[in-house]
Amino acid sequence: MKQLYATQRAMRNMRKAALQRGLIAILDVGTSKVACLILRFDGPERYRDSDGVGSMAGQSQFRIIGAATTKSRGMRFGEIDAMQETERAIRTAVQSAQKMAGVPVNHVIACLSGARPRSYGLEGAVDIHGEVVTDADIGRVLAACDMPDFGEGRETLHAHPINFTLDHRGGMADPRGHAGRRLSTDLHLLTVEGQVMQNLVHCIRRCDLELAGLASSAYVSGISALIEDELEMGAACIDMGGGSTGLSIFMKKHMIFADSVRLGGEHVTSDISMGLQVPGAMAERIKTFYGGVIATGVDDREMIEIKGDTGDWHHDRRTVTRAELIGIMRPRVEEILEDVRAQLDAAGFDSMPSKSIVLTGGASQIPGLESLASRILGHQVRMGRPMRVAGLPQSTTGPAFAASVGLALFAANPQDEWWDFDVPSVSYPARSIRRAIHWIKTNW
Amino acid sequence: MQQMTPRRDPAPSRWSYRYERWMLTPAYRRLFRYGPPVLVVAAIVGGVLASAERREWINDTYHSYLRQFQQRPEFMVSAMSIDGADERITEEVRASLPIDFPVSSFDLDLEGMRQTVEALNGVQKATLRVQPGGILNIEVVPRIPAAVLRQDEELRLIDAQGHFVAALGARSDRADLPLIAGDGARDQIAEALALFTAAGPLAPQILGLVRMGERRWDVILDQDRRILLPEQNAVTALERVVVMVQAQRLLERDVLVVDMRNEDRPTLRLGEGGVTEIRRINAAVAGTGR
Repeated sequence: MKQLYATQRAMRNMRKAALQRGLIAILDVGTSKVACLILRFDGPERYRDSDGVGSMAGQSQFRIIGAATTKSRGMRFGEIDAMQETERAIRTAVQSAQKMAGVPVNHVIACLSGARPRSYGLEGAVDIHGEVVTDADIGRVLAACDMPDFGEGRETLHAHPINFTLDHRGGMADPRGHAGRRLSTDLHLLTVEGQVMQNLVHCIRRCDLELAGLASSAYVSGISALIEDELEMGAACIDMGGGSTGLSIFMKKHMIFADSVRLGGEHVTSDISMGLQVPGAMAERIKTFYGGVIATGVDDREMIEIKGDTGDWHHDRRTVTRAELIGIMRPRVEEILEDVRAQLDAAGFDSMPSKSIVLTGGASQIPGLESLASRILGHQVRMGRPMRVAGLPQSTTGPAFAASVGLALFAANPQDEWWDFDVPSVSYPARSIRRAIHWIKTNW
Repeated sequence: MQQMTPRRDPAPSRWSYRYERWMLTPAYRRLFRYGPPVLVVAAIVGGVLASAERREWINDTYHSYLRQFQQRPEFMVSAMSIDGADERITEEVRASLPIDFPVSSFDLDLEGMRQTVEALNGVQKATLRVQPGGILNIEVVPRIPAAVLRQDEELRLIDAQGHFVAALGARSDRADLPLIAGDGARDQIAEALALFTAAGPLAPQILGLVRMGERRWDVILDQDRRILLPEQNAVTALERVVVMVQAQRLLERDVLVVDMRNEDRPTLRLGEGGVTEIRRINAAVAGTGR
């Protein structure tokens, strides 16, 4: 635990150093694409006149000066499968983004979409020493949270203090400066599989880049796709990616739950590929051009030509109706949404005051998904696009880039996490004192 | 037939990726942008200048073109005109500036020539300029002699600042100018001239001023008479003498020396006749006469 605290702190410091230099890259390594954005920080309101983009919740102090997307390689379910291949894909994206920006970047913030995230709600309480609550008290109360046994090889990715209670007053966002006696907190802890995280870190290191932060992609796409009301009142963000579907629930501007379904758009593509006996690239093309989930009468008459290059004339000249295509896609999409539904139920989403759901991510662009989703998930479903940020190219403003833009916002001003507070050193290690005495003895 | 060779990997290799990042570093970008051109230019220049022959050729060519430009008729000076000086000084100036016309105005050292001309004795100030039409114009302000200085048995003309103007053959050549003499007389010329001005009605009888002991003046009058002036306030003392001369006809009497050195008590030294006379009068007044 101590080591994790130290590494997260080091990453925060590195992020601060990168912001000081004014240049940071964000890297979204997904199953279907690798996106790299390069942000330049020059202080607020610098580009207001030229862009016409006003200050958006104080997020406008950066500008995107380089953006590149490339096809992902060697990834499955949002996890690294073949490290060399993934490294090449990252190099391609980073190099072309650097070329666009005209500067080399050294610090990068990345996100994890797979790695089986698991949420824990923790509680801790301490008596405060002084009259009012100080930073040190918050550090102590966070340290006082009893850690659950989250299994061998799992690492903490996020630890957000989401709620503070001082004596009998609950729901405080920031208790510092308040008078009281007993402070308790609710901590949301998100753990992921350590090896998956290590693989990504290793991959980024091999590209000569320094890691300045790691975030869950479900969390960051929630930040960028949800509007402020939804963040405050409570909403779920469903990021339908290529290999996995991320799910995060927000309440009072804090993430209170995150999970992922290991199914995504690539599975729909592979269904089409198998069902129509076409290569994967062709299936992807058919999905994006003709795909859908709600069949109507006109779809029975719309014929889709399936081209092929096997050399068999009859095999290469087949046609299917769009209704048949929808018949292949719909069960898989339903399966994904039903899995999401099950996880939302498990998280107790039904008891939330506001039950709005935002669908984002590349796979959410299937026509008709909104009505299918509202049938399965509930009535308050909308399609989400990421927030507009200064300098983002038009081609990267689609829902597929929700996580990338969210990472940019995360890089600009991250929420307080456990490691932003000084944890008190309760037991001073005796060994270091002994070592100090030894040093004095040998040197005098 | 389908192509069986594998497609080229679009991803950069590790080393090309590193190279690209290295080349994007601002310092290196500047180096590669400005370094090669500067090197090439320096190499060309260095290569050309490496041989002494070429250096000499460049030098010669440069100077020949320079001469050619400077020798253009627009810049040639063909005559000298001297204004504001009499004939003698004009001759001296011409002699001091041995220029063989025509000459380019670039070759004329006007400042040096001005100093040469101003170093002449009779010249107080000179202004040189090249006039359009190729004429070197020298405007000379000559020194005006203000007094005659007798020193080491020679007569010299000096101006009001004590500068030497010219030698003088005989005192009668410039009888209009006052005569001064004695060691250090030249340094106190201003006071001497003020004394001559203050002399007024006494002027026709004054032969000259003599600096005594480098500290005070004697006025030499005709018939070997003198007025001894004090070190301080010499002009005032002389004015008192003038008043005495006018009021008591001092110089019509037999007085050899009027001593004003003690300003509280002017003293007279009488001639032989005067002394005899005053003793006779004193004796008659006292009733002790023979």
